[in-house]
Amino acid sequence: MNLAGFYHYGLYFLTTAGVYGILALALNMQWGLTGLFNLGIAGFYAVGAYASALLTTPPAAEHWGGLGMPMPVGVAVAMLASGLLAFVIGAATIRLRSDYLAIATLGIAEIIRLVIKNEMWLTGGVRGIAGVQPPFHTDNQLVMLAVVVVCLIVLYWLVERARISPWGRVMRGIRENEDASMAAGKHVARFRLESFVVGSAFMGLGGALYAHFNGFISPEAFRPLYGTFIIWVMLIAGGSANNFGAMVGTIGVWFVWTMSQMLTDLLPGGLATQAGAVRIFLIGLLLQVILLARPSGLFPERPPPLIGRRERKKHR
Amino acid sequence: MHNVLQLTYDGIVLGSILALGAIGVSMIFGILRFAHFAHGDLMTVGAYLAYTFVRWLHWPIWLAALPAIVLAALIAVALDQIFYRRLRRVAPVILLISSFATALMLRALVQIIWGPDNHVYEQGISIPIRAFGLIITPDSLKVLIGAAIMVTVVHLFLAHTKMGKSMRAMSDNMDLALISGVPVNRVIFWTWMFAGVLAAVAGILLGLNTRLIPTMGWDTLLPIFAAAILGGVGRPYGAILGGFIIGLAMNYSVLFLPSAYKLAVAFVIMIVVLIVRPQGILKGLSL
Repeated sequence: MNLAGFYHYGLYFLTTAGVYGILALALNMQWGLTGLFNLGIAGFYAVGAYASALLTTPPAAEHWGGLGMPMPVGVAVAMLASGLLAFVIGAATIRLRSDYLAIATLGIAEIIRLVIKNEMWLTGGVRGIAGVQPPFHTDNQLVMLAVVVVCLIVLYWLVERARISPWGRVMRGIRENEDASMAAGKHVARFRLESFVVGSAFMGLGGALYAHFNGFISPEAFRPLYGTFIIWVMLIAGGSANNFGAMVGTIGVWFVWTMSQMLTDLLPGGLATQAGAVRIFLIGLLLQVILLARPSGLFPERPPPLIGRRERKKHR
Repeated sequence: MHNVLQLTYDGIVLGSILALGAIGVSMIFGILRFAHFAHGDLMTVGAYLAYTFVRWLHWPIWLAALPAIVLAALIAVALDQIFYRRLRRVAPVILLISSFATALMLRALVQIIWGPDNHVYEQGISIPIRAFGLIITPDSLKVLIGAAIMVTVVHLFLAHTKMGKSMRAMSDNMDLALISGVPVNRVIFWTWMFAGVLAAVAGILLGLNTRLIPTMGWDTLLPIFAAAILGGVGRPYGAILGGFIIGLAMNYSVLFLPSAYKLAVAFVIMIVVLIVRPQGILKGLSL
């Protein structure tokens, strides 16, 4: 690979990692902080991607929408749409045990993919939506990367603030002991729903950014493996409930994943498919090994100490 | 135009497959307290193991099913010993993540060993029986017979053996069972054997009914969960009932929805049950 190719690949790598980072932070809010088991990341991610794509693309015959709206509108609606979906699912299942939320979110993600595949008039079906505009209508990859990084930094700041705020303390309380939180007068179901909706809205943000960065979306990108499982591996490897760990996990897992893809792509056709399955097997095994050997991840949770903000700074 | 009688027949065939899967999911949920996300892929493994014996040794499917069932049960026990057993002390929800990873690994293994293409147990055209305006394929009859045998075996095991009673006791009331001296580890071992056997049969019957693809089990997982929840978690007989209801509902749905949305119907039923009656029809565990 020549230098220019390497440069473009580096930008692609970082931008994708940034989008995954947003998803990992959003999942960390739900799972790490609150203990909500979302197995349908791909669904919220897809809703965000399609919402923004349908609103911002120029009019097209192949799918609904094409309203040609500016990107910020698309991104905002994407977050709203994902959040609203999460509200509906959450309102039904958030009071139940985490297993049910897991099954329900997995189900909704599969159904969203079914809808995307089958409702040609709306989404263009399996042919997907092409021509999603990058931010500021420029082809410069650096601009895209900058937009993603700014979003990521703002989100990181937000989730860190949320984590050390009283709100975050309630969330940890609910995660560790629901009854005690209830006894302390906290409206457990409402807090859990808040975390679920906010986290899912950020997954929608990730989806919208992905659509604008990739320029093309299709149902294939939102299969459970790429949309959900990888993000779980990133978060668990980095460390649940640790936002910095989630970032390290994202970069690390994404690096290993893309590098192994480069290796297997060198193989001839039929073997490459089989090698793809080997990679999936290995990433599954990786998660199992982490769960068995180091369940708290590379960077375990560090709960904020119960002291004033000035004191806390010294600890850093 | 859809023939309602035909939809009913096909619904019962699908329902009997879902029922077998749901019994295993329900018992694992009841005894080990987690939703086993690898159950569908365990079915896939069972189906492909039987396919191997059909292809290589040219055995008929009922004979090939026997070693496949034994192997799948051993795989289920091995998965528990390698992954789940060590995580049990932590938290049930960690088991859930682990089973999700296991699901992916099993599916990848099937792809690695048998390839991504479709397979069928028997090539060639079989002549369907026409009766009462119904089209009954020989394969669908085999599915019904296989499922009937398995349900009978399950009933005899749960109602008349000591181990079966212990399993029901543990999923009914864990504390009471523990005080009464139920041998926990042996019950867990037999739960996996039991679930593995049922998963393999369900997978083979699913393969007979349609065809073998690496995602066949994963695609059936959601209706199976729906059946287990509908029947009441931890209630094997409820799971059977739930399986038939979900199977029938999925088939009837083509009367008013595109057939691609069969899965969505199972999902909607599940969500409604979770809202209205989370303990299921046969009052299962209140989780």
